Amino acid sequence: MARYRGNLEAIKGLVRETEVHRDVYIDEEVFQLEMEHVFANTWAYVGHDSQVAKPGDYYGTTIGTQPILMVRHTDNTVKVLHNRCPHKGTRITTESCGNTGKFFRCPYHAWSFKTDGSLLAIPLKKGYENTGVEQSHAGRGMSPVKHVHNYRGFVFAKLNDVGPGFEEFFGDSLSSFDNMVDRSPAGRLEVAGGVLRYMHNCNWKMLVENQTDTCHPMVAHESSAGTAIEVWKNAPPGAKKPMAVEIYAPFMAPYEFFENMGIRVWPNGHGHTGVHHSIHSDYSAVPGYFEKMAAAHGEERAKAILNENRHNTVYFPNIMIKGPIQLVRVFKPIAANKTLVESWTFRLVDAPDMLLERTLMYNRLINAPTSVVGHDDLEMYERAQEGLHVDANQWVNLQRLYDPSEVPDTTAVTNGTTEWQMRNQFRAWSKFMTMSM
Amino acid sequence: MTAPTDQQLIDFVIRETRLIDQHRFEEWLDLFAEDGFYWMPLEWGQTDPRLTTSLMYEDKLLLKIRVERLKGNRTFSQKPKSRCHHVLQTPQVDSRNEAANEYVTWTPMHYVETRLDQQDLYAAWATHTLAMVDGALKIKLKRVDIVNCDAAFGNIQLFM
Repeated sequence: MARYRGNLEAIKGLVRETEVHRDVYIDEEVFQLEMEHVFANTWAYVGHDSQVAKPGDYYGTTIGTQPILMVRHTDNTVKVLHNRCPHKGTRITTESCGNTGKFFRCPYHAWSFKTDGSLLAIPLKKGYENTGVEQSHAGRGMSPVKHVHNYRGFVFAKLNDVGPGFEEFFGDSLSSFDNMVDRSPAGRLEVAGGVLRYMHNCNWKMLVENQTDTCHPMVAHESSAGTAIEVWKNAPPGAKKPMAVEIYAPFMAPYEFFENMGIRVWPNGHGHTGVHHSIHSDYSAVPGYFEKMAAAHGEERAKAILNENRHNTVYFPNIMIKGPIQLVRVFKPIAANKTLVESWTFRLVDAPDMLLERTLMYNRLINAPTSVVGHDDLEMYERAQEGLHVDANQWVNLQRLYDPSEVPDTTAVTNGTTEWQMRNQFRAWSKFMTMSM
Repeated sequence: MTAPTDQQLIDFVIRETRLIDQHRFEEWLDLFAEDGFYWMPLEWGQTDPRLTTSLMYEDKLLLKIRVERLKGNRTFSQKPKSRCHHVLQTPQVDSRNEAANEYVTWTPMHYVETRLDQQDLYAAWATHTLAMVDGALKIKLKRVDIVNCDAAFGNIQLFM
């Protein structure tokens, strides 16, 4: 029996000022509605245009649970298409990348399409004469996703016509993407290293919330980061601290460190930790890098770019980026209790290789299915997914540093241990969930 | 220095996985040379551990952190602990280079890791690069290529 479909009041009732009902994490009907509304009314991340560098290059992915593909069209623009044959529904490409040449050809009945999706040819076409196929959905070819925006290489798409335009949706939050791209002396990034894919038996929003949860690292990661620090204490005196210990150790920083780093919230559910400093602030300098940055940007500007060490920037609904280490994590919803986490890494074009080496090390130490930090976190998410079935308390608390005068959909900088950004995400969730109901 | 026989190389590889299955992780760590590495590529046929992402590429320090963590009082993902089980084909000695003190074996295997009600099966090939160090065989590199290395896995918490 549908409890939420067609029941706007019930949906609105799931999000209160400082708590959310457990059904936003465990209810399959709410999940289905999220796919139809939250993921359709917002700008979802598709991929980076370096994944489709040449005409005919394609990359298959999803928005919500819907298959789409990104392709470099013959005119060199990046198109996003619904990834199904308009004829019988066959997915045109798998969730992978490749080059299709000048056209897509459906492997089932050989219907073919230009790389903007328009119908090119149907075998034995005379069988469709006088059938009116031109007026059918099939006759129009592969449907393009209408709203596509390429921001400095990062490609986003919005499925529905309702919902804000790109600039209005992201506003000043794009500054985190700017900082990541500006860290390249050439002002350009390229996907590099390979994507880590990690399956989580929990709701996608648990991962999103965790990105700005600054009261968990010193607790949940004591087992991994704390152990790293203990083991390193036995190193011979004077030994140079390895890159891996530099990466692990800040997870154990005290509460004050996280309080003082600050959190900034933006409208529409975006926000970031690390306004003033972050766990990435004290990495060793990479020889030769600053010189290249200074040559490209001038010394002042280079310093300003590199002194901005934002920690995690969350873009609603489901990605997180780390500017200082060129990482994008995508939390792909599969079911209410299943999420695929993809962690993508980028090369700063023209920068020394050691930066990419550090980025890849960070990714495998923190975000891999073989990562001890990942094990710490996933254990907590999965326990929460189970614990939320308790009927005696059906609410998740987001009250930390709440002030009743807190303004929704605003820009503000505050204490780094606030749960304001989580509240911000759920206010956005409510807004985009109900926008098209 | 006496070169190891093929049988000694084979016995070493078999014993190495036995130590993992029996959770004798300190003894297992001792099998690594001081500059030894454990490498689990992410990419099919991967050649570069540095500028291509891996699932694991760990020196002895990082392996020691893992081993210590598994024992930790606040290691909640190991409460209760994972268990594992290797089934090996007989290791094949792929190359013997006594002059360079380098011996390479190749071992197809199935690996099972369990925790609570979850049991995961992985198929992989282990490539061991071994050397004689102070009269004993040591691991310079253990490379584990999982057949579906690029699939989306859940937690892999122990060692293949």
